[in-house]
Amino acid sequence: MSNVDYSVEAAPVQGRLSLAQIEELVAKPLDTKPDKKFYIALAVSSSILGIGAICLLITFLNGVGMWGNNQPVSWGFPIVNFVFWVGIGHAGTLISAILFLLRQKWRTGIARFAEAMTIFAVICAGIFPVIHTGRPWLAGYLMPYPNQHGLWVNFTSPLVWDVFAVSVYFTVSLVFWYTGLIPDFATLRDRTTSKIKKSIYSIFSLGWRHSTRHWLHYEKAYVILAGFATPLVLSVHTIVSFDFAVSIMPGWHTTIFPPYFVAGAIFSGFAMVVTVLIFVRKIFDLQNIITIDHLEKMNKVIMATGMMVGYAYGMEFFMAWYSGVQFEQFVFINRAFGPYAWAYWIMVSCNVFIPQLFWFKKLRRSIPVMLVIVIFVNIGMWFERFVIVVTSLHRDFLPSSWGMYAPTLYDAGILLGSFGLFFTLVILFTKSLPVVSISEVKAVADGAQPSHHGVDNHG
Amino acid sequence: MADKKIYGVSALFNNPDTITSAAKKVKEAGFTKWDVHSPYPLHGMEKAMGLKPSMLGIVTLICGLSGTAIALFFMWWTMSVDYPMVIGGKPFFALPAFIPVTFEVTVILATVSTVVAMFALFFQLPRNEFPLHDTDYMKKVSCDHFGILIESDDPKFDEESVLGLLKSFDPIQTGIVYHREKVTYPIFEPKFLTFLAGTAIVVSLGTYLTLNKLLFLDPFNWMMEQDKIIPQSRTEIFADQRGMRVPVEGTVARGFIPYPFMGETNPTEVLSNPYVPTEKNLALGEIKFLTYCSPCHGNYGDGDSRLRGQFPNPPTLHSNRARDFSDGWIYHIITNGQNVMPSYASQITREERWAIVNYIRVLQRAKNATDSDLEFVRAGK
Repeated sequence: MSNVDYSVEAAPVQGRLSLAQIEELVAKPLDTKPDKKFYIALAVSSSILGIGAICLLITFLNGVGMWGNNQPVSWGFPIVNFVFWVGIGHAGTLISAILFLLRQKWRTGIARFAEAMTIFAVICAGIFPVIHTGRPWLAGYLMPYPNQHGLWVNFTSPLVWDVFAVSVYFTVSLVFWYTGLIPDFATLRDRTTSKIKKSIYSIFSLGWRHSTRHWLHYEKAYVILAGFATPLVLSVHTIVSFDFAVSIMPGWHTTIFPPYFVAGAIFSGFAMVVTVLIFVRKIFDLQNIITIDHLEKMNKVIMATGMMVGYAYGMEFFMAWYSGVQFEQFVFINRAFGPYAWAYWIMVSCNVFIPQLFWFKKLRRSIPVMLVIVIFVNIGMWFERFVIVVTSLHRDFLPSSWGMYAPTLYDAGILLGSFGLFFTLVILFTKSLPVVSISEVKAVADGAQPSHHGVDNHG
Repeated sequence: MADKKIYGVSALFNNPDTITSAAKKVKEAGFTKWDVHSPYPLHGMEKAMGLKPSMLGIVTLICGLSGTAIALFFMWWTMSVDYPMVIGGKPFFALPAFIPVTFEVTVILATVSTVVAMFALFFQLPRNEFPLHDTDYMKKVSCDHFGILIESDDPKFDEESVLGLLKSFDPIQTGIVYHREKVTYPIFEPKFLTFLAGTAIVVSLGTYLTLNKLLFLDPFNWMMEQDKIIPQSRTEIFADQRGMRVPVEGTVARGFIPYPFMGETNPTEVLSNPYVPTEKNLALGEIKFLTYCSPCHGNYGDGDSRLRGQFPNPPTLHSNRARDFSDGWIYHIITNGQNVMPSYASQITREERWAIVNYIRVLQRAKNATDSDLEFVRAGK
């Protein structure tokens, strides 16, 4: 375990699997009937989703007064959860686009799953700002369309930028994901024996026929999509951070916010991907495709981005002192030692201290240890958003308007429900679509590509 | 079987090196309508086949730049032309604040159009009726084999020689792919058309309901329409269902002093002038006389206004009869009205009425001045 040779790149696929074996492994969950465990998992996650749905329904009936949101803390849980879930989504695009552009072969095993998680996380995220408006059925006004008021949206507002960023991000992620799925749909179409499955796969594969003349354009399109998705993913969390940074709130009005938010997003997203992949590779027997080397590499990314986040925490304090602005200084002292100090120190311990354990090779290659650490990172990153939203708002300029924030049961129920939604979608995904890109993994398997000197000998 | 139309001749390989060298030779043999099928993109195959680089990037460039232009133009038009509004002291065309939306629109148009153009224009997909589908050849290249297929449309195609050529590459299998006997287009299935029509109806209904019912808000009129009872509205609160209440019996308005002589002809005995004709009182009387009385009686009370000549002529105030009126009587005429002259009680206050009376007295005396009056004027005042 500890004698891994880092001077050679680890094989993306282990166990010397043949191409047919790879396909067999990935397609197995789709070919077999779901077992009891699947239904139990689905029942649990959809019950949690149901709790959230009931809390949301009660909120719709009675109004947002059911939540803990108040003046001065008017943002509360919905915005905390929104930023948290958007951040989770970022890992998928990072893995599928940025690592693709960096020619990281190890991404192939995890890219599909991470992309799916991006889409599900953005779905979870999108719910929160809409319900936070209190009248979600009027959300259509967020789109600039010629309405009866003759009014347009305010294009100079960060909240409108957010609407554009998140909806574009969702659409592009979906297109990227579907484009990657098309050759796999074709492969599934050609291997299935069921007539219904065949017609479904035929429709979704669009009649793809693995032609080299098509692959040529397809690979080009993939590079283009990755090229656009990379700045897009950076822009999305940058714009989310603008929601805060463009205001004049002490603790929010800082230029460090965009890079700090993007690093935090990658950090939390990778943690979530690792959390789920640990279970998926075990349950679906994919240890040779989603290898321990992949997990280790992701843990390294988690440690690196965790330290970036830690740097940002320190730099915020420094800038508050260096700026000489009394209000800024107060906000940060209040964060670390005020009434919400417990949240701040949970955040710092989970995000900065605990990931330091990954310095040890043994620990970052141990499944139980990494599972505990990434769950702590998930908790810590949720608290980071809580700290940012609540501590800045609850004590701003005027001491006469200070207040405290406490979430209600409904807030907690809706947060829980969003996890239920996320895991329900993940569970359904594992049984309905290939969780690993079949064509991409085949392409990086041993002996899958022509050895060009061999061709020369032959020719 | 013999009457089936040949689509092409295929050969299967299971080694990426063999297929690459085979592809090179097929290209050297001068074929143009042929293809290599593989379950994943093979590195270097496009070179071996002599394919030109993909021109897909041009679509991306054009659509992306259009996205930039559309976004900037639209934001300029909405924020500076159609509904200009100063927000946060920014200029109407606030370029830095427009950058995020411009970027997002550029990305979405560039990416979506690239993918749509690739599948719809470059590949002409979806094509589930393609001759290769459902063949054993397709099933193999979908999994772990690599295949070469030379189409019968190729000008150099000849079944025997092509088979011979392909066999010379040492494939694991060769075969012939036929055109389908009957090409059916799933899109023209009645079921699919019904589905399309249904979708169209659902989408239009949904759009209508969303835009006109769900998203409909009354225009801003909350100042006018408030949740309160207004005088003319009906209400269930009171037994008589009137929004407006009648004052309690015997209620008297503030400052109201009853005038008991309304309708009487001459109550002069009771009414006496409480105001001494001071300079201030006369000035007030002059203003009020010119405002209310002069339109009929003329500026000097001669009855010579522009109403003269109409019936009934406005009377002069310098007649003997008028000069003999007591102060109280004139006051009563102003308050009560007389003949066609209406009551001025609601327009002229009591003090003003007495001031007018005093002023009329001044006019009457001026028209009939005695010598002693003239001397008084000459003397200085």
